[in-house]
Amino acid sequence: MTYADIRTRLASPTTPDGPAYWRSLDELANTEEFQDFVAREFPSQASEFNDPAGRRQFLKLMGASLALAGVSACTRQPEELIVPYVRQPEEVIPGRPIFFATSMTAGGFGMPLLAENHLGRPTKLEGNPQHPASLGATDIFGQAAVLGLYDPDRSRTLRYRGDTKTWAGFTTALQAVLNTQKALSGAGLRILTEPLTSPTLVEQLQTLLTAMPGAKWHQWDAVYGTVQGGAPTAMPLYQFKNADVVVSLDADFLGFGPASVRYTKDFSSRRRIGTPKDQQNRLYVVEPVPTLTGTKAAHRLAVKARDVHSIAAALASALGVAAPASGTLSAPVQKVLPVLAKDLMDHRGRSLVVAGPHQPASVHALARAMNEALGNVGTTVVYTAPVAATPADGAASLSALVADMNASKVDVLLILGGNPVFTAPGDIGFSDALAKVGTRIHLGLYYDETADLCDWHVPEAHFLESWGDARAFDGTITFQQPLIAPLYDGRQAVELLSALNGTPGRTPVELVKDYWTRAFATGGLIDASGPPFGTVDAFWRAALHDGFVASTSLMREGATLPAAPANSSFEEAAVSATGLELVFRPDPTVLDGRYANNGWLQELPKPISRLTWDNVVYVSYTTAEANHLKNEDVIEITSHGRTVKMPVWVMPGTADDVLVVHFGYGRRKAGRVGSNIGADPFVIRTAQAPWFTEGASFVRTGETHTLASTQSHFAMEGRNPVRIVDAAAYQADPTIVKHMGHTPDPDLSLYPPREYNGNKWGMAIDLNACTGCGVCIAACVAENNIPVVGKDQVKRSREMHWLRLDTYFEGDPASPTGTYHQPLPCQQCENAPCEVVCPVAATVHSDEGLNDMVYNRCVGTRYCSNNCPYKVRRFNFMLYSDFTTPELKAQRNPDVTIRSRGVMEKCTYCVQRINHARIDAKTAERPIADGEIQTACQQACPAEAIVFGDLNMPDSQVSKLAAQDRNYGLLEDLGSRPRTTYLAVVRNPNPALPSETSAGTKNSGH
Amino acid sequence: MDVSQKDTQDPLGALPIITPGYSYASITDKLTALVLTKNTPAAWFAFMAVGFTLLMGLMMSLGYLLVKGIGIWGNNIPVGWAFDIINFVWWIGIGHAGTLISAILLLFKQDWRTSINRFAEAMTLFAVACALLFPLFHTGRPWLAVYWLLPYPNVMGLWPNFRSPLIWDVFAVSTYGSVSLLFWYIGLIPDLATFRDKAAKPIVKKIYGVLAMGWRGSARHWYRYETAYLILAGLSTPLVLSVHTVVSFDFAVSNLPGWHATIFPPYFVAGAVYAGFAMVLTLAIPLRAIYKLHDFITMRHLENMAKVTLVTGLIVVYGYVCEAFFGWYSGSLYEREMLRLRIFDGYYPWAYPTLLVCNFLVPQLLWIKKFRRNITVLFTVAMFVNVGMWLERFVIIVTSLSQDFLPASWAIYSPTRWDFMTFFGTIGLFTTLMFLFVRILPMISIFEMRTLLPEAATKSKPEGESH
Repeated sequence: MTYADIRTRLASPTTPDGPAYWRSLDELANTEEFQDFVAREFPSQASEFNDPAGRRQFLKLMGASLALAGVSACTRQPEELIVPYVRQPEEVIPGRPIFFATSMTAGGFGMPLLAENHLGRPTKLEGNPQHPASLGATDIFGQAAVLGLYDPDRSRTLRYRGDTKTWAGFTTALQAVLNTQKALSGAGLRILTEPLTSPTLVEQLQTLLTAMPGAKWHQWDAVYGTVQGGAPTAMPLYQFKNADVVVSLDADFLGFGPASVRYTKDFSSRRRIGTPKDQQNRLYVVEPVPTLTGTKAAHRLAVKARDVHSIAAALASALGVAAPASGTLSAPVQKVLPVLAKDLMDHRGRSLVVAGPHQPASVHALARAMNEALGNVGTTVVYTAPVAATPADGAASLSALVADMNASKVDVLLILGGNPVFTAPGDIGFSDALAKVGTRIHLGLYYDETADLCDWHVPEAHFLESWGDARAFDGTITFQQPLIAPLYDGRQAVELLSALNGTPGRTPVELVKDYWTRAFATGGLIDASGPPFGTVDAFWRAALHDGFVASTSLMREGATLPAAPANSSFEEAAVSATGLELVFRPDPTVLDGRYANNGWLQELPKPISRLTWDNVVYVSYTTAEANHLKNEDVIEITSHGRTVKMPVWVMPGTADDVLVVHFGYGRRKAGRVGSNIGADPFVIRTAQAPWFTEGASFVRTGETHTLASTQSHFAMEGRNPVRIVDAAAYQADPTIVKHMGHTPDPDLSLYPPREYNGNKWGMAIDLNACTGCGVCIAACVAENNIPVVGKDQVKRSREMHWLRLDTYFEGDPASPTGTYHQPLPCQQCENAPCEVVCPVAATVHSDEGLNDMVYNRCVGTRYCSNNCPYKVRRFNFMLYSDFTTPELKAQRNPDVTIRSRGVMEKCTYCVQRINHARIDAKTAERPIADGEIQTACQQACPAEAIVFGDLNMPDSQVSKLAAQDRNYGLLEDLGSRPRTTYLAVVRNPNPALPSETSAGTKNSGH
Repeated sequence: MDVSQKDTQDPLGALPIITPGYSYASITDKLTALVLTKNTPAAWFAFMAVGFTLLMGLMMSLGYLLVKGIGIWGNNIPVGWAFDIINFVWWIGIGHAGTLISAILLLFKQDWRTSINRFAEAMTLFAVACALLFPLFHTGRPWLAVYWLLPYPNVMGLWPNFRSPLIWDVFAVSTYGSVSLLFWYIGLIPDLATFRDKAAKPIVKKIYGVLAMGWRGSARHWYRYETAYLILAGLSTPLVLSVHTVVSFDFAVSNLPGWHATIFPPYFVAGAVYAGFAMVLTLAIPLRAIYKLHDFITMRHLENMAKVTLVTGLIVVYGYVCEAFFGWYSGSLYEREMLRLRIFDGYYPWAYPTLLVCNFLVPQLLWIKKFRRNITVLFTVAMFVNVGMWLERFVIIVTSLSQDFLPASWAIYSPTRWDFMTFFGTIGLFTTLMFLFVRILPMISIFEMRTLLPEAATKSKPEGESH
């Protein structure tokens, strides 16, 4: 065989269009002659060609180069006229972003967003300020999602068993399969989705299930959509604003779940006290794992997950609810329970008991009964029918699917999103069962573990490329509109289902709009202000503009709630067994691995542990001591006959004899960022007990695994960076906070004080409100083009985050009495120590009091960082910014310089936002209004803990906070005069409980 | 007056500073022969091989540094300075002894300095050269730092920040470097002329001739030479004090506990002289053995240097005591905690005790005359001091930075192989330059040695006796 032969064969494909061409090349490559030819012509590649894995790669390269050669040689570029902007499109002004309302989903629930769009590229996501689920803030996933859009590792091509195919080819094949299934009325068809609330998708699925009654719809989500011990029948909606006393039964309502943003807003509104007299809420938390909610508790009980039920039962009994027997309780619990019960009784109608999503239905039932007994229903909580359209028990649903697959009842499996091959519990053998399915179709953002085991893989469009709808956690209809055309030819689930329903070729916008046109016709969609929309176009326009339909919120005043189903029955509390308990939690930043390839989330320090780039097993200090464990030790956990090796992290606040295993790592096919890091504990998770289980054991392996934490010391060492007082002490002496440190006399300097006549920017951070969620860091990264440096560099303490979140523990590490969070951006000192020492004047003071960093001038001596007492400066030790990956370039904020190697950088108070506002104000010839500028961290913060503004404006929000009694400057005894100040933590313990801490009396200054 | 008489006149000791029996001619012959006629000793090749290999390592690490950035080192946030500045201060400190010996001892008329001043000055120059590499290459963008730190008029109207101690460093070190070079070169001129006259090969004659700048040894030449040399000695003397004072300002001016201390200038200067004399001993002992210079570098020299080492060492220890006392006396929590962490249970608990052993305990041996006159002990003590002075800078720089004000920002620093390669590379550069110097230039001042002979006694002290 010669080149000429190959050419001849290539020149006469069986069919003239693309797919045939590819197949013919494949066939060609399989002939013996061709293999000989390759072996002779390319001896170095010949062996690779015979190896099945390498052969695919080789063929891809060969195919691509042949195809490209063909394209350049044989075709002429079609004559297409391109036209430049002669007149600017309306509203598009280079340099001015436009914001569009859209949403993403978490567990099927809509997370409302505003997408910042610069000349057609979405660059940053903010919360939708009008939407009840956001009120302007987001969670970390909302901030990091924009990076996912530009992820170069996203799947770009439709594939059939690894080979590139076209959409047309896919729909043809799908039709063939479907025709077979129609004859069987869908008996062999199964659809596996993530939890869904999207009305359009649900209607499509129902249409399909009506047409093919034998087909089944299953649901699985390792994080949100699975429960243990039955799903609660009713869905609670909490009103934390009205609650004076809150009890959390293993519920991390501040840190986890689609409602956490709104709940943090409401909860923190009761923590942002203005005067010492202001009444705060009081939070009691019972939980096995230290969570963000637990860190905000006045009293926290670290107990095993399985003990939560008996505690709930005991508490319910104490409140007069006919609850099952609770068994014996531990001494600390017995001490707290009567006091807690009394506190709840004293706050009837203004208290709240919250059960967590990882607890069984009976705990939820007890919580509901307690709320009813306390008269809380209607004031602090309402119960309604679940919003999600899918079965709530994902593990049961998935197990049923696996059983069907194993019984060879499934001919066609359609996996719409998700990565069940990776995330399925290890005991049900999902992957093995999947192999028994005839046709496996996967729609997903990545060519992941599931795609690899499927016949067909359809690349999914990112939500920023998609049309869609969803319900927020409170039921609000929330819309999704594309900010950009699909970058990689992605398709949406609605398109696929439309094809399945026999109407291929309809665009997503048609499908979504069609649903809502019909929904509009049924009436009931009313404007935010009350009256029904005039026309469907008016409705559609308003819905897309606002991003949601305000009238559909169940948390709205006067909303009519779908009736809540009756409470599920209480079960007997399990008798507390001794021995180890295994508790599963999703990784706080990459969840079940779905964000594994998102570098921002990988490097975002996990709450409290400040770890990055790894998943760990939390153990308590006591358990670690008893078993001679220390951080980074690798243990082998055995549970239900399967084992996993994971590194240990000794986490104060974990319940004793509990192993808290975080899943979401150990991805094998995540992409260049997320593959092959961490361990995969899904193998030891079971469908029966996905959240906590007994009977686990572990052995030390003697190995260690390096972990990269951004913080190495968690004690305050008597320096009071976070000032903490008890509410009683603060009320008795409002100046107590000021006296916890020494403030030097401002006249001490020989120089006259510098005058700031214009704006005088400042920031105040309320540590009492801050929950430590870390969204400020994520927002800062997104806004300021902060690079990802990788685990090795984080380990070397070179992470680039301009804003860090310090965590401090108080008390004995075996049972810490408090955990405190302190967001630490540049303090913008008036007497900035960094400025004097820079030899080239690359960091200088602005006349508005900003400590400016001039990247162009910086030569990188790092002296400024050495002299910064807060160590908030970050240095580009290497070329950290990605200057080469073209996809990532489009993501960057055009208003912020991309820093190169060798320069120092730091927080600028989002000076680009200040400048935007200044230009607007100057154009309008008015002063910059208070609140007009929000820094990125402030805007994203759900706790509203960060306030930025003009200190020269006496009634600005920040001035008022600066004037508060609990305001203090960090390390102000050094005379640096920070512009960023903090508001002290005011603890609100129950006076009836002996003080667990010396807070309020501790006084290291004078 | 014979040699023994001269010795008994010396109140400091009975050992000669030049072994009796030499004449003008024999001194000249012996010292010129080292360079011009004798075969290069095998040890020279051995040292050069080691030095040159390390120098290549330096080239490689600096090359890689320019490609990758200083991230190849272990520096981090909070430890922004580490090996880079430790090495800089260490080398600058070593450089001090040369100028001190040449200038201050000259002004104090310590004629025992004569046989060691030349190579001590060379040592100064080479140490300053090694030191200068660090502030340049440790910057993030050395290609800009190399001239942006200099005050030059430019279209941007930008000047360096004169408030920054790093700018003071630029002036202090560059002044020191250039004055040291001039001083060294002017001192070399009469000897270069001797080499010119003694050299056999025309090309060698030519080279030394050019370098000798037409020195003919006339009375006028000698008069101008003595005047210039004295003026430069006068200029150098304050520089000995100023350069390390300014270097200490890099730390003392900052607000970091462990850096922010008023004792730093004298403490640093004493430390520099201490380190410098230890290094001169480290060099003199092997050179003396390799080139068989026992007649010129006598036990008297070594003992005197040991005494200076002991005295400056005690001043350094006084510095430690002061640091600790003022840390406690300040009443500042940060200062006290810094001391506790530095001395007892910080990230580097081994560093401070080791430092005390090297810089405080071991040098106490030098109180004993027997040890002062024992080559092995002297060399060992000198090596301890070299290590100790490096550790001192490690303790000051790294331990202070790694645990400062806010516990949450504390982080440990650990050096990488490139840190070590760069550091040992500069030792290679130093060794290479040093051995090149002894190979091509007179390592002992020939004409000044001649003035040590008894017959030169009247001539060598013209000012003292004629005025």
